[in-house]
Amino acid sequence: MNPPDTNGSGRNAIEVRDLRRHFGPQEVLMGVNLDCPHRQITTVVGPSGCGKTVLLKHLNLLLRPDSGSILIDGLDVTKLGRRALDEVREKFGMLFQAGALFDSMSVFDNVAFPLVEKTHLSQSEIAEKVKEKLAAVGLEGMSHKFPSELSGGMQKRAALARALIRDPEILMLDEPTTGLDPTRTGSIHALIRHTQQRLGLSAVMVSHDVPQVFEVSDRVAFMHEGKIRLYGTVSEVMEANDEVFKSFLAGRARDEEAGAHAGAR
Amino acid sequence: MSKVIDAIALLGAAVIEGLISLGRFVIFLLTAALYIFEPPYKPRLAIRQMRIIGAESLFLVVLIAAFTGMVLGLQGYVTLSKFGSESALGTVVALTLVRELGPVLAALMVTARAGSAMAAELGSMQVTEQIDAMTVMAVNPVQYLVSPRLLAGVISFPLLTAIFDVVGILGGYLIGVGLMHGPSAAYFNGIQDNLGAHDIMSGFYKALVFGLVITWVCCYKGYHAARMAVGIGRATTEAVVLSSVLVLVWDYFLTSVLL
Repeated sequence: MNPPDTNGSGRNAIEVRDLRRHFGPQEVLMGVNLDCPHRQITTVVGPSGCGKTVLLKHLNLLLRPDSGSILIDGLDVTKLGRRALDEVREKFGMLFQAGALFDSMSVFDNVAFPLVEKTHLSQSEIAEKVKEKLAAVGLEGMSHKFPSELSGGMQKRAALARALIRDPEILMLDEPTTGLDPTRTGSIHALIRHTQQRLGLSAVMVSHDVPQVFEVSDRVAFMHEGKIRLYGTVSEVMEANDEVFKSFLAGRARDEEAGAHAGAR
Repeated sequence: MSKVIDAIALLGAAVIEGLISLGRFVIFLLTAALYIFEPPYKPRLAIRQMRIIGAESLFLVVLIAAFTGMVLGLQGYVTLSKFGSESALGTVVALTLVRELGPVLAALMVTARAGSAMAAELGSMQVTEQIDAMTVMAVNPVQYLVSPRLLAGVISFPLLTAIFDVVGILGGYLIGVGLMHGPSAAYFNGIQDNLGAHDIMSGFYKALVFGLVITWVCCYKGYHAARMAVGIGRATTEAVVLSSVLVLVWDYFLTSVLL
């Protein structure tokens, strides 16, 4: 219901405490507190510009905060050096907003990239793993194609296969359904949910696809003006009596109607 | 009074800003250079870049070299014949090419072709988060993307310059001797007598420095492209302009040191 209490217990995959970050004169994160429990999907929603993508970039260690801490399996990662950070990153799989597939490489090479670069597996072992992951996301027989030859939804599937290739403990998803139509959005959501449950992953997702994204979330955090304003299970958040959250939901619904009208024209 | 202080503060801020970006620029080169010597080694990536920077620029370099040599042969012959010294044509063409035009023109051509492509490719990888994706996969993007290009640039440029020189000298011969009927034996004898190891080495050093400067600038500009629609275009333009200017500026200073 309320933002989580601040005494970290180490029971969560990720715990964020009083995270602050500014860019120039602009304060983007103003004391963020967030818990992402093990083996659940925690979704951060909020209006664009509220700082949710910046928050995710702190969680995957691309940015360093001004102050505050991020505990990953109980380890504070905000002050680690380069090599130690790389060790923590081995636990992560990350799905970027537009997929971020390497466009000079085929789908196979993209998915195989983390294995080729970070492991000593033989070529046949790599090929087998890639085939298995591509099958899991429904892209059998696409391995020779290049990212530019795939549709948006297929690119996201390929990127998800790459994020999963090293069997991560924590999956991070940055707006996984941006730019997809409602049918594809549903199918990507279902794929994420299915994968998370099959592999028992802890996942943290940033999304503005409300309310659809709630169907695949265990916990929801509503971010507003650099802080987590609401946090809890989906039903707790939906029942919360918060004007800002309600107007955010209503605003999204209005946007979608406008989008549907624009689509009809 | 306060206006004066404001003006000084503004100037100071601009200087500090400039120093910070210059520092970033230098640190970028140093890290990329150090990563060449740190495992995991990626000879395959460096060889691929040598193909792109070197082998694929070959046709362009040969074409430009042939015409540069031909125009030197023509101009040189016409000018020298006024003084009755057509026999010095080979020396003039070879010294001009080896000491000056070979390294500079090859560098400018490769900037236009490979340097711009380098900046655009890294720029698009930055803008579409491919570089971030690499970092999150615990693969160092500077080591994976920049170091091989730097190594390939430093190896490819002197080789391209050598080819430029040879083709240019043959182009000069074609016009000065073949077309204008200048003295044939004197052309190559003059080169043999007057083109020393010192001349060749000074051209070689220039090519080495230009190779470093161009890959450095083009990688830096691409790698730091702004994440917006015009980011890639702006990065590419800045990379080509800055590389070209730096090549000519460095050429002057290197010449004054190596002369």
